[in-house]
Amino acid sequence: MIDPERQKILDEVYGHIKTVTRLVFLLIAGVVALVYYIINPSILDVKFNTEKSALVAEAEAPLPEYENGIHLATGFKEGENLQLVINNCTSCHSAKMVTQNRATRDGWLTMIRWMQETQNLWDLGDSEPLILDYLAKYYAPEKAGRRQPLTNIDWYELED
Amino acid sequence: MKSRRNFIKRSSIATLGALIGSRIVFGNNLPKDYVPVILQDGDPYSMFKKHKEMVVLNNKPWNIETLPHLLDDKVTPNEKMFIRNNGLIPEDIDVNKWTLTIDGESVSNPKTYTLQELKTKFPQHTYQLTIECGGNGRKEFNPPAKGNQWEYGAVSCAEWTGVRLADVLKDVGIKGNAVYIGYYGADVHLTGNPEKVVISRGVPMSKVMEDETLIAFKMNGKEIPLAHGYPLRLVAGGWPASVSGKWLKRIAVRNIVHDGPKMESPSYRVPCKPVAPGDKVKDEDMCIIESMPVKSLITYPKTGAMIDKGKTLNIRGHAWAGDLEVSQMEYSIDFGATWKPCKLEKPANRLAWQHFSATVSFPEDGYYEVWARATDSSGSAQPMVLPNWNPKGYLNNACHRIAVKVK
Repeated sequence: MIDPERQKILDEVYGHIKTVTRLVFLLIAGVVALVYYIINPSILDVKFNTEKSALVAEAEAPLPEYENGIHLATGFKEGENLQLVINNCTSCHSAKMVTQNRATRDGWLTMIRWMQETQNLWDLGDSEPLILDYLAKYYAPEKAGRRQPLTNIDWYELED
Repeated sequence: MKSRRNFIKRSSIATLGALIGSRIVFGNNLPKDYVPVILQDGDPYSMFKKHKEMVVLNNKPWNIETLPHLLDDKVTPNEKMFIRNNGLIPEDIDVNKWTLTIDGESVSNPKTYTLQELKTKFPQHTYQLTIECGGNGRKEFNPPAKGNQWEYGAVSCAEWTGVRLADVLKDVGIKGNAVYIGYYGADVHLTGNPEKVVISRGVPMSKVMEDETLIAFKMNGKEIPLAHGYPLRLVAGGWPASVSGKWLKRIAVRNIVHDGPKMESPSYRVPCKPVAPGDKVKDEDMCIIESMPVKSLITYPKTGAMIDKGKTLNIRGHAWAGDLEVSQMEYSIDFGATWKPCKLEKPANRLAWQHFSATVSFPEDGYYEVWARATDSSGSAQPMVLPNWNPKGYLNNACHRIAVKVK
């Protein structure tokens, strides 16, 4: 039989040994992790980046810029040089002034010249041919006769 | 959009201020229904009190058209009246300080009237006047013409109250060499440049002297709505609406044909002689549009009506003919092969549109188009195809038609 007093002391010693052992293991794990991080520092970036982009997505939640080929903010058709068109053609009048019209490249150029001569439109410089490319491609005349069939008829029952 | 519309509708001046982020100074002096310019980017239906089915063609500047079936009223109410602007609607309108100045080469002593003087010094007259945009129907022209693509709805016939322009000019005293008048309004050029006049058109003295040519301050018995020229507007019925200058500040009596912006070629001009579609026309070969051509609209029923076989269809609408009167109105259900007469009313006064109606029978079931055709007092009728092409797409007075299905 061990003396109860002695047993108590032994228990305390064993407890200390366990604690120290745990600390040593943690220290070793920490050193290993540190060494790994030094060798391969990008391991932590992945985690931080993910967190950061999730936050940005939540805060800004950008609306889609285009839907069915239409630039939502202006109503323009999606296409090359659109930003030039927006910058130069919507500061005085709305985009609808453009989108409701149809013309050939010559026709669009005539409108630009008219705006320059009478409405204070600036010299478009190198942007002019690019803007004309866009307008002539996406807002060209459609073939039509002297009187078209009625279309888009919304049929309804006529009550007396 | 809808909730926003309701929100703005419910807003008082105070909440408008909150919306803008600052108090509106002199908010109490704002005219009723006035919308501060900063809100002109907002919902036009609530700002201008327009019917929800009206079509916005352009939001800078505001151009809004109505649909044929919305024009069924005998006298067009504000909520169904088209808006055609060339510039920005003026802000800071103070009716107490509003004046009209008459000057120009053909006036010896220019004179300025306050609104109150105009209203008290001269006899007031009220007329129903047809005002149609010169470009109404432009959308159908081919090759396409530039500008707002109006379909049918750039026309109205409201009741205007004001004083005769002729009476005012008589009071000022004009010289024998007077040829034309030109108006100037308070609207602002799209560039914001205060030096630039947006539009300044006018009419020759013969039109000036007509009884129905008014300096108007009321529309349908109330103050003119802001978008239609509050507080003062020149109204010359039967001519392109662009001669009826809004937010009227000044009238110049000229000893030449007025040369303000939008009087110059090719604005509001058509080739003096007929040209082939797509032809380039020299500026000097374009002539100023004066009286508008004969035209009509079926305002009931709305296109797309389906009726049962054996039933008749009641149709109605309006017809007008610029300075002239409409003398005959017909309809066809067989694409113009045969025409039958409509009942046609006399105008309420000269230059008012005339109402027509008919009861239509269909021989069998199927798809029909009901076409309407007006003839003016000089014998000219509406064409069934588009009238002759012109570079700016004016004066499309082709017959209107609606689709009908008999089952």
